[in-house]
Amino acid sequence: MSLSVDLGLARGAFRLDVTFTAPPGLTALFGRSGSGKSTVIACMAGLARPDRGRLTLGDETLLDTGRGLHVPAHRRRIGTVFQEARLMPHLSVRQNLRYGRWFSRARRDADGLEPEAVIALLGIGHLLDRRPTGLSGGEGQRVAIGRALLSRPRLLLMDEPLAALDAERKAEILPLIERLRDAAGIPIVYVSHAVTEVARLANTIVVLEGGRVAAAGPAEGILRRGELGDFHAAEAGALLDMVVEGQCSASNLTRLSGRAGRLLVPHLTLAAGTGVRVHVPARDVLLSLADPVGLSARNRLRGQVLALHALAEGTMLVEVDCYGAVLSARLTRTSVAELGLAAGTPVFAIVKSVAFDPAGMGRAAHAVEI
Amino acid sequence: MDRLGLTPDEWTAIALSLRVAAVATLASLGPGLAVAWILARRRFPGRALLDGLVHLPLILPPVVTGYLLLLAFGRRGTFGALLADVGIVLSFRWTGAALACAVMGFPLMVRAMRLSLEAVDARVEQAAATLGAPPFAVFLTVTLPLAMPGVLAGAVLAFAKAMGEFGATITFVSNIPGETQTLPSAIYTLTQVPGGEAGALRLTLISVALSMGALLVSELLARRLGRRLGAG
Repeated sequence: MSLSVDLGLARGAFRLDVTFTAPPGLTALFGRSGSGKSTVIACMAGLARPDRGRLTLGDETLLDTGRGLHVPAHRRRIGTVFQEARLMPHLSVRQNLRYGRWFSRARRDADGLEPEAVIALLGIGHLLDRRPTGLSGGEGQRVAIGRALLSRPRLLLMDEPLAALDAERKAEILPLIERLRDAAGIPIVYVSHAVTEVARLANTIVVLEGGRVAAAGPAEGILRRGELGDFHAAEAGALLDMVVEGQCSASNLTRLSGRAGRLLVPHLTLAAGTGVRVHVPARDVLLSLADPVGLSARNRLRGQVLALHALAEGTMLVEVDCYGAVLSARLTRTSVAELGLAAGTPVFAIVKSVAFDPAGMGRAAHAVEI
Repeated sequence: MDRLGLTPDEWTAIALSLRVAAVATLASLGPGLAVAWILARRRFPGRALLDGLVHLPLILPPVVTGYLLLLAFGRRGTFGALLADVGIVLSFRWTGAALACAVMGFPLMVRAMRLSLEAVDARVEQAAATLGAPPFAVFLTVTLPLAMPGVLAGAVLAFAKAMGEFGATITFVSNIPGETQTLPSAIYTLTQVPGGEAGALRLTLISVALSMGALLVSELLARRLGRRLGAG
């Protein structure tokens, strides 16, 4: 089911003019605060009215200001997970989970997820008889995700669902969202301003800046070229699809392999053979013309320069093709000139193992080829 | 007659007061909730006017409110004549006393309900809407349960006010024993006749006990609900 969004709105000095389409899978709406992400989500959910706009999901139009069509929130079948859990405080967890199901019971035909499956997926079976006030932030957010899923939605909106949680809770919920993305078969629009989350989850990225779409496309390309808006350009980095090959128990590292070669990364608790998506930040990649010796860095990948892009502050982004997997490295203009880098130059890309952020490494979004 | 030493007339006044207050409270619950919700959640031209109108009985001399009711709902009043055609007579009847009490208690009821409705987190209501709940279902399943302590407090306040209402009642429906002589009217009558002091004191004590009882019950209910909502 494809989603097409076209929204325009003016509130005081703020102007929103956003158009994008989201293919199946997880689409990240990325941008710093104030870029209009949450406004887009509110308009999509039907909680705010844009001045102008069209919203279609599959073959159904949910909003068309030209025709005066505005389907109210409760008839859109768009599940929404907010930054705060927003559970009904007077209902138990079980009743919260059932709430949406009760209103969608007329649509038995619609194939929805079964409560048992959702409860198991989110690991909330032991919370069913509790009251929301007694739940921790992470537990509450898991119940909120379950509640949205059980309302038989055709689209799931997640508005910075992890922003209010600490790192530990984030690490607990990120894998659940990965599983949802791959197993639930519901398209997800995920709002975030955290590059690690987006790098880990997104199939598609829509970058918002000042109420406009600054870039949009497959996650891999957007991240590699650092098209994340001026504020986040420094966080460019390649996404590599790899497979867990084994663990090096002595050094507490995990060995991955993929098209580009082998990588040693901080320990991942994943079984051998599991597909992993690795975010390689461009600022942590060194380039060398010769195979370096006597170097502490553990990861050396052979490739050739694919393209060079000028960035702000006298730096350049160099894309390196390593047997079909493309890495990016952020270098100073001086270094690029001294090494004489140009398209086609054979190089070695070097990455320290400790440069990989375990929070940015998750299950691959799809089956990977080696 | 019994250990309290109340005369049959005094018992009648007490029973009538309870009936008048109960009917006045129950009948104003619906309109009170509707007006409280409109004032809490809607922004429209004329909102200040509605707010003022609701609060008017609180600041007008009760005798003025009673007289206005007499003008509107008396036998020759605009609404009174209309109602008389369908067989409803309010003036000089206990039902008129209930109307006077309802009008006088309305501002107190609306105020308590409105405050508690305003305190309900609109973000939770939005979440309910995204889960497929139509607006009225959101009101019944989210807004009302969360505002319940205030709704009950408003009802108890209105009941207590109705038990004590005097000025508007006596102006609108007079002071007829067995028909419109409520507890305050009975006390007033007893203070006007020689030898009535003992009866007035008895009824005064009962009046105090009933009012205290109502306040205690409302406090208890609010606390129990608050605990259920996790606030207590």
